[in-house]
Amino acid sequence: MNWLFRYANPHEFMRLSGAILPFMVIATALAFAVGLYLGFSVPPDYQQGTTVTLMFIHVPADVVAEMAYGVMAVCSLFSLVWRHPLSDTAARAAAPLGAIFTALGIVTGALWGKPMWGTYWAWDPRLTSFLLLLFLYFGYMALWNAIEDETRAARAAAILALVGVVNIPIIKFSVDWWNTLHQGESIVSGKIAPVYLAPLLIMMLAYVLLFFTLWMVRIRTAILERRATALMQRGAP
Amino acid sequence: MSPFATLLLRDVKLAARSGGSAALALSFFALVATLMPLGIGADLRLLARVAAGVLWVGAVLAALLSLDRLFQGDYEDGSLDLIALAPLPLELTALAKIAAHWFSTGLPLTLLSPLLALMFNLPPTPTLVLFFSLLIGTPAVSAIGAIGASLTLSLKRGGLILPLLILPLLAPAVIFGAGAVSATMDGLGGQGALELLAAFSAAAVLLSPFAAAASVRLNLGG
Amino acid sequence: MISSLTAENLACVRGDKRLFESLSFRVRAGQALAVEGANGAGKTSLLRLLAGFLSPVAGRVLVKTASRESDDAEERGRLVGWLGHLDGLKPQLTVLEQLSFFARLYGRHADPAALETVGLGRQADLPCRYLSAGQRRRLALARLLTSQRPLWLLDEPFAALDAAGQRLVAQLMLRHCGEGGIIIAATHDPLGLGNESLKL
Repeated sequence: MNWLFRYANPHEFMRLSGAILPFMVIATALAFAVGLYLGFSVPPDYQQGTTVTLMFIHVPADVVAEMAYGVMAVCSLFSLVWRHPLSDTAARAAAPLGAIFTALGIVTGALWGKPMWGTYWAWDPRLTSFLLLLFLYFGYMALWNAIEDETRAARAAAILALVGVVNIPIIKFSVDWWNTLHQGESIVSGKIAPVYLAPLLIMMLAYVLLFFTLWMVRIRTAILERRATALMQRGAP
Repeated sequence: MSPFATLLLRDVKLAARSGGSAALALSFFALVATLMPLGIGADLRLLARVAAGVLWVGAVLAALLSLDRLFQGDYEDGSLDLIALAPLPLELTALAKIAAHWFSTGLPLTLLSPLLALMFNLPPTPTLVLFFSLLIGTPAVSAIGAIGASLTLSLKRGGLILPLLILPLLAPAVIFGAGAVSATMDGLGGQGALELLAAFSAAAVLLSPFAAAASVRLNLGG
Repeated sequence: MISSLTAENLACVRGDKRLFESLSFRVRAGQALAVEGANGAGKTSLLRLLAGFLSPVAGRVLVKTASRESDDAEERGRLVGWLGHLDGLKPQLTVLEQLSFFARLYGRHADPAALETVGLGRQADLPCRYLSAGQRRRLALARLLTSQRPLWLLDEPFAALDAAGQRLVAQLMLRHCGEGGIIIAATHDPLGLGNESLKL
């Protein structure tokens, strides 16, 4: 665990992240290039036609949307239990990213579902769960903004994130149950054809890399902002 | 009298004496039940179908009304400091407050629900299921609400973000609670849903005090 | 019950401000410590730290009782009789109801004699909303007495009291120390108990 705490020092973090950031950006761009190329050159699905390409945008967004919350929860745990100094900043930085990916997942899911359902919103259980997840993100960000004292806000938000992460499986289960009760429709059924698998996995990798790249940038920005504020407080020119 | 019972009784007494948060919640509940048909129309068959959902959401929102004061009152006048120093563990303090909130809000709402169900033309058996679903589910509302209340207790306008924080977390209660009634009306039997609801409520009541106590400690240390 | 309380190298931070550091002192049974300082110097923060609400950035507080020695904040809190800035009184409850509530919460019996001691004997059934500032303070004192806690942490105990009230406070404090209790009080006025004072 000690190596983690070494990079808790903002200076160390800036140094390390500064070094790997260029590689992250290149890797992300490459992954997107390959993934999008493969995704668009894939044969149309016999059922869904060309809208199947939306799957390559939608599914990875969903994956990252949930992963981001997990990242937030882990940072929150580090913040509360081990008082790891950077983890508050890291958790807060992850939230808007998670919200954006969640919103992206919802919108692309609606676009994807329209040809099948005839409407943009048919209360598909997955999309409904993600809508609730979006609200959880909003609540988390709202709590951070509402509490003046930064330290207190950080810890309150950490508690909320952990409460949320425990509830998310329960919420998903209940929405699935609700769906079976009212016999609604579902987007993705069954297996994915092997020819779609490669582009999908590469796009997922691309999205994950994008998240971590943006996350790193946001943490760096937050650290720099804090330094700038400290300098201004001391009256530096 | 045990410290736990002392705190519970005091909170219930305070709720009763301060113009009754019960009266406010009941009025709100009844108003929602009155406004909805004004918006939907007086189609009795349609109203019977939507009754469970409307009344469940109405009850949850009504219970929310008094939640932001759950800890805030004691925090603002210094009582919370004294309560925190008492021999009673803070988790039990939270549990006592959750129980008091349920007695003064959730329980009255549950008792009013059959009357409102009547206005929605809900048949007797589903009404009974609705009653039990609210009886079992409203403790979860108080419990999870307490987490939101403790997180926002230092905020002047904490009441504004409290619903945002806890309504998503209460989705399972609404789903299972209203779902039990729907299942009954469809002839499927509401027992499965009620069992799921009971499990959810039990977990909420058992675990929320820990999160609420952590939040209270956080705020007292400010 | 407490033989001594020792603060070792306490440091406290509030927001971005360093309130105090390397603060050390010891108070023994029967002693009183006055904490003096300007507003915002950290008197209340120190008291809250001693009560266990705040965690120090550095240092610790050791409490020695007959059976053990501990620096645990929560344990320490169980020994504290707290008199803060705020009264902790509900307007809708009567004086006696208020006292009974706290007495039972602290595992004690509500003793109407405590009300007599502080001069509120005839106001037992009066709702707290009708009490004057001085009477509210007296009720807080009655509550303090009823809690029977050895470590008294008092934040401006003489505030809002007239001369008679202040004499009462001094009298109660003297009695508490006489019985072996410890008092740490934030105050502008000297305690007149002949003990130490701490400047923040």
